[in-house]
Amino acid sequence: MPHAMTIEIDNLHYAWKRRSDFQLNIAELKIAHGEKVFLYGPSGSGKSTLLSLLGGVLLPQQGRIRILGKELTSLSSVARDRFRADHVGFLFQQFNLLPYLSVIDNILLPCRFSKLRCQRALQTETSLEKSAIRLLSQLQLDTGLIHQKVTELSVGQQQRVAAARAMIGQPELIIADEPTSALDSDRQVAFLDLLLAQCAASNASLLMVSHDRRLATRFSQTLAMHDLCAGVNPTMPFSS
Amino acid sequence: MKTLLSLAFHSAWNRKGTLMLMVVSIALSVMLLLGVEQLRAGVRNGFSQSVSGTDLVIGARTSPIQLMLYAVFRLGDATHNMHWSSFEKLAGRPAVAFAIPISLGDSHQGFPVIGTQLSYFEHFRYGDKRVLEFMQGAPFADIFDTVIGAEVAEQLNYSLNTEIILSHGQGVHRLAEHEDKPFRVVGILKRTGTPVDRSIHVSLAAIEAIHLDWQAGAPMPGVSIPAQYVKKFNLQPKEITAVLIGLKSRSGVFQMQRYVNNFQDEPLLAVLPGVALGELWSIVSVVEKTLLAVSALVVTVGLSGLVAVVLAGLGERRRELAVLRSVGAGPLLVFMLLAIEGLLVVLLGALLGTLAVVAASSLAAPFLQAKFGLTVVFSGLTTQTQLLLAAVILAGALVSLIPGYRAYRMSLTDGLMPRL
Ligand SMILES: Nc1ncnc2c1ncn2[C@@H]1O[C@H](COP(=O)(O)OP(=O)(O)OP(=O)(O)O)[C@@H](O)[C@H]1O
Ligand SMILES: [Mg+2]
Repeated sequence: MPHAMTIEIDNLHYAWKRRSDFQLNIAELKIAHGEKVFLYGPSGSGKSTLLSLLGGVLLPQQGRIRILGKELTSLSSVARDRFRADHVGFLFQQFNLLPYLSVIDNILLPCRFSKLRCQRALQTETSLEKSAIRLLSQLQLDTGLIHQKVTELSVGQQQRVAAARAMIGQPELIIADEPTSALDSDRQVAFLDLLLAQCAASNASLLMVSHDRRLATRFSQTLAMHDLCAGVNPTMPFSS
Repeated sequence: MKTLLSLAFHSAWNRKGTLMLMVVSIALSVMLLLGVEQLRAGVRNGFSQSVSGTDLVIGARTSPIQLMLYAVFRLGDATHNMHWSSFEKLAGRPAVAFAIPISLGDSHQGFPVIGTQLSYFEHFRYGDKRVLEFMQGAPFADIFDTVIGAEVAEQLNYSLNTEIILSHGQGVHRLAEHEDKPFRVVGILKRTGTPVDRSIHVSLAAIEAIHLDWQAGAPMPGVSIPAQYVKKFNLQPKEITAVLIGLKSRSGVFQMQRYVNNFQDEPLLAVLPGVALGELWSIVSVVEKTLLAVSALVVTVGLSGLVAVVLAGLGERRRELAVLRSVGAGPLLVFMLLAIEGLLVVLLGALLGTLAVVAASSLAAPFLQAKFGLTVVFSGLTTQTQLLLAAVILAGALVSLIPGYRAYRMSLTDGLMPRL
């Protein structure tokens, strides 16, 4: 890796348009390469907003965001989309999958937008399909499901398909927004283990958001929203 | 681009139920719009094909359009006749190349009967100056001979030597029959695509003969003249309905028209077929324009419905669009995805509607001819129809930009976790 830091934030300020009651201010955040970071905070504290900023889907009004040494804020909108496709895998709480595509097509979706991830997926396997199947088996999902409609899968199976999609083509950064909260507690732990193992195997950094602080023990680093924001915005209403 | 189209297609297919309804509604509205236009062009085409090479149509004084309608198109009844002596005077004018007398009033199974002379088969022209040709047989020679048009032969399944009985008056409801004097089919004309196909041609003498024992439109009580004796009577016609005149030189047409319109013996009217048709169209065009406007409105309603449906679907698809954004899709792709969906529906609807119109045209022509005696000639999609079709597709493409733009705005402001 040419750059030791996966995420660097400087003096970030973001407010939603036409919403005066919320703003996100982060003086500094650095996450080194290969870290597994757990981020928690109360509802409405701006966790999801921060993740959208890190993906370059939203642009901050002030400050700088650097991912893998690349300054997102100085990139064009097209270049940001391209960068996200190449280097970041996203995983959400629910409804991660496109209902009209099969399991395999959902997993391979990032490869349609990123040549880089397509190439990487083909480095270890002879075909994209094989690459997807390997990921699925590592995530302990029945590989016979690949041509199934995703709407026929259970929620737990859907989350593992979404994880496979986030990881196909080995992006350097995996961002997960409460990926476990739709699962029951036994499955939460199992899913998290698989996710962490996969990130370790592909040498990716992981930033995961959750309400559930019991899960934090498995991570190499734990961050609280109010600590991130504290330095700049001591009067944040939700500081606990 | 491949990704975009495949996503748009799969996504649309996933919601095919709603979208198919939209396709159907657009197809129907396109069908209406194009159908009205095709019909308009077809009717005009049919009318203007019906007569050519005739310089003047002459009859008892009435309105030019009415004269054209009954003398050439065999629609409606003549109110007055003209004297045979007038015909002879007109036909004898030095400028006249040919004069075809026409005597109307009888019918057979709803098909009009035309009393005329052999000059009809020689001089009558239709379409692109085409002559009448015989499929079978020859012109009438004997008094109770008849020559029938192709449509008559086909619909009633008549062949040479079939005996037919004429009825007095028009229409299928038989007023009275000339059953004592049956006619024999001696000739069947080739199809022309004009009212000739629906006509039953007999000699003027035959018209005279079947009405020998008639008076004031009804059989004379107690009088019956058997068919074999009619030749003993004077069968010189006293009256005819109209005359089609061809001049030796077209340049004399206005002079001849003036001569007829100022005719000494009785009030007559001479019209130039082209001019009378133009007059007819200017009256009909108000109706045509109204019909076109109404169908254009229906298309507008269809397109608005499409926009409403795609916009309504957008709410449910926010999550889908955010997922696409997260894997690297740009706002432009989101825009195109929605715009393409609308366009896809419009294109499919327009295609189905056009196919339906083309299919309906081939069915409509025989139906209109059989049902209303209206000769409609469809010749593919007219330029005007093609323009309308292009306009619908263009309008569809434009309105599809609306949901596209909405989705574009949304994908810029939503972030990756849209609040539903
Ligand atoms: N698309 C949006 N437009 C306007 N305001 C938004 C939008 N998304 C979120 N917000 C606002 O931004 C604030 C932070 O929301 P955000 O979703 O980032 O919180 P969160 O920490 O992820 O909460 P949760 O734990 O419930 O997911 C909230 O006040 C929310 O109302
Ligand atoms: Mg959130």
